Amino acid sequence: MAVTGDLVQMGALIGAGLACTGMGGAAIGIGHVVGNYLSGALRNPSAAAGQTATMFIGIAFAEAMGIFSFLIALLLMYAQ
Amino acid sequence: MASDVAEGGFNIQPMEQFVIKPLFGGHELNWYTPTNMTLWMGIAILAATLLLIVGTRRRAIVPTRTQSIAEVFYSFVYRMVEDINGTAGLKYFPYILTLFTFVLAANSLGLVPYSFTTTSQAAITVTLALTVFLSVTIIGIIKNGPRFLKVFWIDSAPLALRPVLAVIEIISYFVRPVSHSIRLMGNMMAGHAVIKVFAGFAGALGVFAVFPVLAIMGVLALEVIVAFIQAYVFAILTVIYMNDALHPGGH
Repeated sequence: MAVTGDLVQMGALIGAGLACTGMGGAAIGIGHVVGNYLSGALRNPSAAAGQTATMFIGIAFAEAMGIFSFLIALLLMYAQ
Repeated sequence: MASDVAEGGFNIQPMEQFVIKPLFGGHELNWYTPTNMTLWMGIAILAATLLLIVGTRRRAIVPTRTQSIAEVFYSFVYRMVEDINGTAGLKYFPYILTLFTFVLAANSLGLVPYSFTTTSQAAITVTLALTVFLSVTIIGIIKNGPRFLKVFWIDSAPLALRPVLAVIEIISYFVRPVSHSIRLMGNMMAGHAVIKVFAGFAGALGVFAVFPVLAIMGVLALEVIVAFIQAYVFAILTVIYMNDALHPGGH
């Protein structure tokens, strides 16, 4: 019984680590959003101020995916 | 569970700070038990209320520091609502301002060492997000009646695509409260856990603890920005969801 418990725990911890790779996707997404915002803003600085809110919304949506994977990792570690 | 391994005789648990404890000893938690969470939530509500009441009491032409901060928050949220929802949305401006100041106060107070971050609890953020979701849906149905369904039926798309898009839109509509709440909770929880993990390094390293401490300062500076941005994102997403209730189909 102790062996199976350890195996389950090992699997959960490995799974939590794997789930955290999803945060890399969120990082790419946020970098994409901000990078494109900056390249657009440097071409036309006068239009940049009006689009800051849109950029933050884009960041928030991209970031939510990373947060979901973080949540899965937390659930695997603490809520078995 | 994951932190059974003691490093250098100094064991720190990054998730311990999110445990809800009764204030006056004991272990049982009833709905009326005063806990560390209710304490800090009360402080956050008090801080937000006091800032706006004290700040706007004198209304001097040359504003004091408190007054100018209250004015900045007020005009910031007011402009946000007006830009996105138009004048029709100004009716719900007090709600948005309340949400913004409460989330901002709770986020910032959570940065004080040994305090409790109210918004790192799913119970709080899910309540806030569900309230937004329900009020948007109810206001939308009352104001527009069956025209509210235009939110799911996108007129600008080709006719053949519309049923497919409708399914996607319905799913994304009902996932909204989930992502709305989990975003705030996850951000607050992740940031504070990172600080605690670095604190654990500092305990294990002895003399070289100065490097983790410097890193903690950096992370904490980032957390101040995150605390503001998450309050902003929470408020602006509420405004955008409210836009669906006020102008369904008009993107």
